[in-house]
Amino acid sequence: MTEFRRFRGTPDYLTSDSLEAAVNCTLALERPLLVKGEPGTGKTLLAEAVASSLGVELIRWHVKSTTKAQDGLYVYDTVQRLYDSRFGDGDVRDIRRYIKLGPLGRALAAKERVVLLIDEVDKADLEFPSDLLHELDRMRFRITETGDEVVAAERPVVIITSNNEKELPDPFLRRCVFHFIDFPDPALMQRIVAVHHPDLSDSLIEQTLRVFFDIRANPRLRKRPSTSELIDWIAALKCAGVAHVRLDRELPFLGALLKKEEDMATLADQLAGGKTFRS
Amino acid sequence: MFVGFLYELRRRRISVGAEEAVALARALTLGLHESSLDGFYQVARAILVHSEAHLDDFDTAFSAHFRHIDVEAPAIAQELLGWLRNPAGRRDLSAEERAAIEALDLPEVLRRFEARLREQRERHDSGNHWIGTGGTSPFGRGGENPSGLSVGEGGGGKGGALKTADARRYRPYRSDVVLDVRQIELALRKLRGFTREGSHRELDVAGTIDATARNAGELEVVTRPPRRSNTRVILMMDVGGSMDPYVQLVSRLFSAAKRATHWRELRTYYFHNCIYGRVYKTDGLQDPVRVRDVMAACGTEYKLVIVGDAAMAPYELLGAPGYGEEGKVTGVAWLHALRGRFERSVWLNPEGIDANPYSTVGTIAEIFPMFSLTLEGLGHAVKELVAGGRRRRSTRPSCLAGK
Repeated sequence: MTEFRRFRGTPDYLTSDSLEAAVNCTLALERPLLVKGEPGTGKTLLAEAVASSLGVELIRWHVKSTTKAQDGLYVYDTVQRLYDSRFGDGDVRDIRRYIKLGPLGRALAAKERVVLLIDEVDKADLEFPSDLLHELDRMRFRITETGDEVVAAERPVVIITSNNEKELPDPFLRRCVFHFIDFPDPALMQRIVAVHHPDLSDSLIEQTLRVFFDIRANPRLRKRPSTSELIDWIAALKCAGVAHVRLDRELPFLGALLKKEEDMATLADQLAGGKTFRS
Repeated sequence: MFVGFLYELRRRRISVGAEEAVALARALTLGLHESSLDGFYQVARAILVHSEAHLDDFDTAFSAHFRHIDVEAPAIAQELLGWLRNPAGRRDLSAEERAAIEALDLPEVLRRFEARLREQRERHDSGNHWIGTGGTSPFGRGGENPSGLSVGEGGGGKGGALKTADARRYRPYRSDVVLDVRQIELALRKLRGFTREGSHRELDVAGTIDATARNAGELEVVTRPPRRSNTRVILMMDVGGSMDPYVQLVSRLFSAAKRATHWRELRTYYFHNCIYGRVYKTDGLQDPVRVRDVMAACGTEYKLVIVGDAAMAPYELLGAPGYGEEGKVTGVAWLHALRGRFERSVWLNPEGIDANPYSTVGTIAEIFPMFSLTLEGLGHAVKELVAGGRRRRSTRPSCLAGK
């Protein structure tokens, strides 16, 4: 039985039992962790928390719609080499000079264990997760141009986040430990707020949370405010020195919570008791 | 030990296989569950479930499988069951008493159950704390507690024993379509087209070599836009009423379309019977979107797929709703507008396309190329979407002429 350092959250990042279990499974089984959940529930922050609690480096890979799996491993800079061959800068025969490792490549080539965050994997093209399967499984890859093989000395901790914009292929899911981050309940939210704003008075915390959960409870909202928006809103309230908030028309800095014009109208409608005319 | 549980999950269409079983066994060997049922629940959930749509199934399977849990050594379980044999009669509770009983969620119940099990040394009946019979403690047999855990076999109490793990908090995430959608997926896979468009971000190596050679060895870099899928699809589905018998078929198509990862974009909308000024984003007909906005936002290259039985009362098609800002526009005019906007569109009919009793079907088939929602029909529809076009711009139905 091997011992490993269990993840118990950090002072800045509060976890639940199930999240800890999922992270510990990831650490022990050396499989990628797939984290899903509403935007703003701290999926990305989890990777930072894991890295800081393990005391290792965090390598981020922010996936965009144009990202290809190959970019994560390495890029062969043909253009640079062509120019160099034309203008005679450096040794063109050494292909290795033109191989640039990507985030995944760096994570695998690292001498020590690192945490690799593959952020918003669903943003990328469809084949993207499938193309990564082999590398994530074997934790090695070959640079075709040079024939070199990069093998991970220590399997990196891979944390993958997804916003559910596209479904991920089954074989990919099969290899992952999965965790769905629930929206925090009021009690946990209170602790989360206390972590971010330790000097806030209890009464203001209570008032802001009541307003926040009241707003969230409205089923007609297009985009319900999330934890990160609540934290921002409280920061704004603090800066302005607001001492009391109440869910009414004069709610300050509402823009920090609601990001869509329709939602503003919906809320105004709710405050008027559903009597305003909606077109 | 947990293999039975895996089959329970498979019965509920959570696809777990040998890979997950081995991973779970390794996790348990490593002691990740910390030798508690609570820990086992968390660990098993993390490893066996791969989508939030399955969390609800997992919870129900878990509670079904571990209903008669024996947490520690079988000997203790035997002793415990001994106390629970021949339950004492149940008290009838008043509403207030019932309300006073603490409702607990599953992890809490399990945690307390374990703790109680460690403390308890003898049989108890009609109490509210120990594991016993006829009482209101969350554990035991033949008792009453809204979130209780039934221990031992035999007639349960009144609505008491915990039937659902974790109060089934994940029910809203179910998609419920885990049926075999592969065939549909394969048919839809043909619906793809690659184009090179956008900014020149890719080095055309062959082109560069060619251009450099023509340039007498002076380097001439040639770039091109990357090749990428350019298929954008709008899916509009009829829900409710006469479509109810086809719910399963349509949801299969829906999930196949959602899983079709080779499309650049998929928009789905719902409507009831006929399309008027608005379509809806949810199948509960909420979040309306103006059809005009959809047409404005989507270019003519979008492929429109409408799914519906086209069976409606003639006035629904030829009449107008009469209310709202565009209340005077008839259903058939909206259909014409949609057909006119998009270069390629089809109508899929789950009822089939021949021998249809509804006259509206024929009218709609004149506007849209209509195919039956069978594998074969789907294949033809895909062909139409790839190669076809508005070859037969239909004329307006005669009954509308002169308006």
